[in-house]
Amino acid sequence: MTLLTIFYTALFYFATGVFVIGLALKIRSYARTPAPLKIATTPAPVTPAGVGWRMAREVVFFESLFKSSKWTWIFGWAFHVALLLVVLRHLRYFQQPVWLPVVLIQPFGTYAGFALVAALGGLWARRWLVDRVRYISTPSDHLMLALLLAIGLSGMAMRFVTHTDIVAVKAFMLGLMRFDWKPLPADPVLLVHLALVALLMIIFPISKLLHAPGLFFSPTRNQTDNAREVRHVSAWAAALEKRP
Amino acid sequence: MATAAFETPTLKSYPVIPPVQAGAMSHLKPFVASGPIQTALGFPGELVDDWQDKAIAKMGELLGKYRSLQVYMDACVHCGACSDKCHYFLGTGDPKNMPVARQDLMRKVYRRYFTFAGKHFPKLVGAVELTRDVLDDWYSYYHQCSECRRCSVFCPYGIDTAEVTMAAREIMDSIGMGQKYANEIIGKVHRIGNNLGIPGPALENTLEGLEEDTKEDTGLDIKFPLDIKGAEVLLITPSADFFSEPHVESLIGYAKVFHAAGISWTLSSHASEAGNFGMFIGNYEQMRNISMRVREAAQELGVKRIVVGECGHAWRVAYSFWNTLIGPFDYLDPRYPVPQHICEVTDDLIQRGALQFDKDANDDRIITFHDSCNVARASRMGNLPGGQFVIPRRIITSVANHFHDMAPQTIHEGTFCCGGGGGLLTDDLMELRVKGALPRMEALKDVVDDHGVNFMATICAICKAQFTKVLPYYGFNMSMVGGVHQLVSKAIRLGEK
Repeated sequence: MTLLTIFYTALFYFATGVFVIGLALKIRSYARTPAPLKIATTPAPVTPAGVGWRMAREVVFFESLFKSSKWTWIFGWAFHVALLLVVLRHLRYFQQPVWLPVVLIQPFGTYAGFALVAALGGLWARRWLVDRVRYISTPSDHLMLALLLAIGLSGMAMRFVTHTDIVAVKAFMLGLMRFDWKPLPADPVLLVHLALVALLMIIFPISKLLHAPGLFFSPTRNQTDNAREVRHVSAWAAALEKRP
Repeated sequence: MATAAFETPTLKSYPVIPPVQAGAMSHLKPFVASGPIQTALGFPGELVDDWQDKAIAKMGELLGKYRSLQVYMDACVHCGACSDKCHYFLGTGDPKNMPVARQDLMRKVYRRYFTFAGKHFPKLVGAVELTRDVLDDWYSYYHQCSECRRCSVFCPYGIDTAEVTMAAREIMDSIGMGQKYANEIIGKVHRIGNNLGIPGPALENTLEGLEEDTKEDTGLDIKFPLDIKGAEVLLITPSADFFSEPHVESLIGYAKVFHAAGISWTLSSHASEAGNFGMFIGNYEQMRNISMRVREAAQELGVKRIVVGECGHAWRVAYSFWNTLIGPFDYLDPRYPVPQHICEVTDDLIQRGALQFDKDANDDRIITFHDSCNVARASRMGNLPGGQFVIPRRIITSVANHFHDMAPQTIHEGTFCCGGGGGLLTDDLMELRVKGALPRMEALKDVVDDHGVNFMATICAICKAQFTKVLPYYGFNMSMVGGVHQLVSKAIRLGEK
């Protein structure tokens, strides 16, 4: 076992740990923090099922963003859909045998790589070209796009330019999951790709990537508009009522 | 400073997103509340010595009490979807009036003190210490937000800048840096019972005067009852309805509706205010204490229903928060929703055929309707989502013949704030109020030019007061604005059914 393999093996366990535990802690803190008042942005659904549908539209179609800015929506939505396809395509490195849906999605996942890179380019262009967005952009906003772009480009390089030994990569990944560690090919493009993915996992719970769990806990989107029908009182607000 | 001259923006025939002009509004801040005003509400009288530590501690407390704040501090990705949605940005071009930048004033402090990235890599994520300069920016720009929630409609995560503004004001109050206008008014409610500080006897006089005027107009004994025990309905209405023009015209309208429908009703001298500025300063206990007067009055008078007059933020507090703050309403008639909006009452009577109108009486008016932000985006009327848009318009078209809506992106959930909401309806912020009204004025100009609109109806006391003041800056007549029940009042048939 090479030092390189040991390093990447440790890196992926660490990254997975940070990602899972960090995210779980954040989600726990969101879930535990009360929402003392009804603040749904109206018109809002009047039933819980309606809220589910509203949330689904936000998650799947980015409804609010669509209302706001068609350019941001096109780039943002395309990026997320492409990312989903690409991630699904990568599932084949983590399963044996490979699920049929993952097999079927392979060609789409390939093309999604182009869409992913193009959409990221569009999102980054906005950060420079639109004066309002330029004003609000921090270095981390640019670096986040750079990171995602580098992951996408390094991945596509291995698919279209300089192939890596994917059989060995798959063995490495399955080895990680089965605690039966296997060597990682010393292909520089692969190493860059994997290191950046690990970095993305590590910064997920401490960055704006928290928008993903955040949306589900957003009171303006996840509350039912039934304030008159159902009394809504949080624990700390109820404590006020006990005072004389 | 506050009264310095400024240029009224010119109205364009189509909306233009202004270029970013950094610092364009940094000079503007409202008067700071004096010691007595602050201490009357239990806040420190002046900026406390260890204000920085206190403010951070308060922020930590609020992050633990409000999921909205916690999630909204984390979730923003700086996508810019909200950046051209705020009327104050559109009217001033000041980038700190973009919702995302306004939130970032707090978010960058949050990051510095509460996040790993901000503690260890502040420059990378734009995190800063809470310095005096940052605090001054907070005071300036968190008082350039009317908490209208238009940004929250367009945010892909529903981030509501109003929640951030409220938290910032709450933090500033807690360290002794309150806003004079809002906090002075809250003190008046606690002392006297309403925002205008009208004592009971003066209110009684006013209502008697209104009865006489209405008798002169109609020849009928239309009552404006005060503190009548056993009345069916307790009407909670903004105190501006008692004294201000055009507000009082709507009050007369409510009285005529109750008269024509034969519903016994009363006002309360104890709870003579629908408005609740506790919401504007983000203080739950203030908001609850102000609301509590309504519960006390309802129980004292033994009414069966509570109806709320034309007031936007009051309807938000009443509709969305009262059940939480002062419920349960098990002592009221369960056949009616609690509270009911006066428009729901009137609309229901119209739908049931209980009211008759001479629509021609409003023929001199070509009417449009300004959706008030808190009604549009933070409440509902009727049983269906969006009833808050349908019901007031249905009333207008039932009592008048000429109605035209403004451009679709400027009404309903996309409505623009009048520019004076959220505790900003004060002369020291006049520049902001005028400039913030720009998007609404442009939409109004369109229907004035295209359809000859000469009347903008609305159901909010702040909107009415703000437009009365601001319309002339844009070359419109101040009497163009009025209430929905002002139109009802004009057309309703009384006593000859």
